[in-house]
Amino acid sequence: MSRLKKNKEEIITAYLCVLPWILGLSIFIVGPIIASFIFSFMDYSVVLPPKFIGLSNYKKMFFEDPLLWKSLYNTLYMTVIGVPLNILLSLSIALLLNQKIKGEAFFRTVFYLPSIVPQVAMSLLWMWILNPQIGLINYLLSLFGIKGPMWLASEQWAKPAFIIMGLWGIGGNMVIFLAGLQNVPQHLYDAATVDGANIWQRFRYVTLPMLSPTIFFVLIMGIIGTLQIFTQAYIMTAGGPMDSTLFYVYHLFNKAFRDFHMGYASAMAWFLFIIVFAVTMLNLKLSPRWVYYETE
Amino acid sequence: MNIRKIIPRIVVYILVIAGSIAFIIPFIWTVSTAFKPDDQIFLFPPKWIPEPPTTIHFREVFEFVPFGLLYRNTVILTLLNIAGTLFSCPLAAYAFAKLRWPGRDLIFLITLATMMLPSQVTMIPQFLIFRNLGWLNTMLPLWFPSFFGNAFNIFLLRQFFMTLPKELDDAARIDGCSFFGIFWRINLPLIIPAVTTVTIFTFMGTWNNFIGPLIYVRSYDAMPLSLGLRMFQEAYSAEWGALMAASLMMILPVILVFFFLQKYFVQGISLTGLKG
Repeated sequence: MSRLKKNKEEIITAYLCVLPWILGLSIFIVGPIIASFIFSFMDYSVVLPPKFIGLSNYKKMFFEDPLLWKSLYNTLYMTVIGVPLNILLSLSIALLLNQKIKGEAFFRTVFYLPSIVPQVAMSLLWMWILNPQIGLINYLLSLFGIKGPMWLASEQWAKPAFIIMGLWGIGGNMVIFLAGLQNVPQHLYDAATVDGANIWQRFRYVTLPMLSPTIFFVLIMGIIGTLQIFTQAYIMTAGGPMDSTLFYVYHLFNKAFRDFHMGYASAMAWFLFIIVFAVTMLNLKLSPRWVYYETE
Repeated sequence: MNIRKIIPRIVVYILVIAGSIAFIIPFIWTVSTAFKPDDQIFLFPPKWIPEPPTTIHFREVFEFVPFGLLYRNTVILTLLNIAGTLFSCPLAAYAFAKLRWPGRDLIFLITLATMMLPSQVTMIPQFLIFRNLGWLNTMLPLWFPSFFGNAFNIFLLRQFFMTLPKELDDAARIDGCSFFGIFWRINLPLIIPAVTTVTIFTFMGTWNNFIGPLIYVRSYDAMPLSLGLRMFQEAYSAEWGALMAASLMMILPVILVFFFLQKYFVQGISLTGLKG
């Protein structure tokens, strides 16, 4: 009797505790997921009632919207070039800072700070830095006798400009790598040194395998993040020049909130989900080949 | 000391210092521009130190846009989001971690599954909900949902509750403490660092949020800084001094919070990283 009463109290407390979240999950997440899926088979312009049109949105996406493919290409460009560069730089800095240098805390702060700059402010800063005539970057290049490109106004250089700007914000990943490096047990390095391993071999056969789960995590998060890139492009280039910085989510945003093609934009969102899902699964599938998990 | 050991050390220091300079220069450039009289901003080659420094651009920001109002809106939004998150997330996390109730595992599984979904999938129906409620052009869509929890925060806090020993709860039960009392008096105080981390995430998320305001807000009355700064840039794209001054004023609180709560920043990031 008393045991039953105890359970009842526990259950009632639990439901009261999760009630807000159950409501939130249903109203703001699961409901919208179902609605979005249904909209993706509809023509819906908000002002007129939705109309069922079968697979037309998907057909249009794959066969009649060249901008969609262009935006997907632009986005994958950022992923394929930007993410590895980001990992390379953040890992290099973490390795340098992990060499027991003096003032590590100070340098860590310097490298970390840019990553907390709000994206809108960061975009404005970089529009000024990348200004072709009087911007900082082209001034620095001119010191070496190089005439800098038009950056954001150039079809070829706008995406690289975004990548460079992204490298300024690698602080978060650097901190993750530093934490990962500090978790590598010292005795592994000692053992490797006793076996005659040089600095490169210690990195290649101790650091890298021990750090591979961290690299894997940063890689996945980086890919998912770049696939959703939007704010910078909206503010700095408005998708131009010649749609060279029209990224996938930007195109989706235009379709939904500029053209009010809610059904089409919903279909695009589901395609994005499939891409994110496929890329994550592919990475998980490939990970046993290079990610090393310590067996306990 | 032999030379073969010293040279690599020197190389490490040179690389670190060169890297730091590269990372810090954009800040210096921004500060320098914000304090420069207009005629010095457009000099080429540029002048690093303004002569004399001027605060005119900071005053211009308030003349060009209702900057005080934007700032106030952002602070209100941030406080509301933090309040909402602290109200909804720790309780739910506690229930998932510590209490037994029918449906717990299923709902937790759904919670985890939705974390994988890009926010663009739910963005359009959410917009339609708020539109039907007549909440467009108000701040409501930007804070109301926070009172109903967030999958990532709940997940993070749950992981922390899980690490607390069950014996503490049992002892409190024997002393006649209610389950809510256990949460409030025993479990919550022990995970304050994690709660701080979640609070910082919420602050950063609200302060940075751009696409939300862009979708929901048109007029200055309900507009936060992020979108306000964008409107400002659209209207005064050549006023680099004022633009940099406004950007600095948006960045400053974030940097201040960082310096006061540095430990929790770093802890938060490493946590999310290592849990993966």
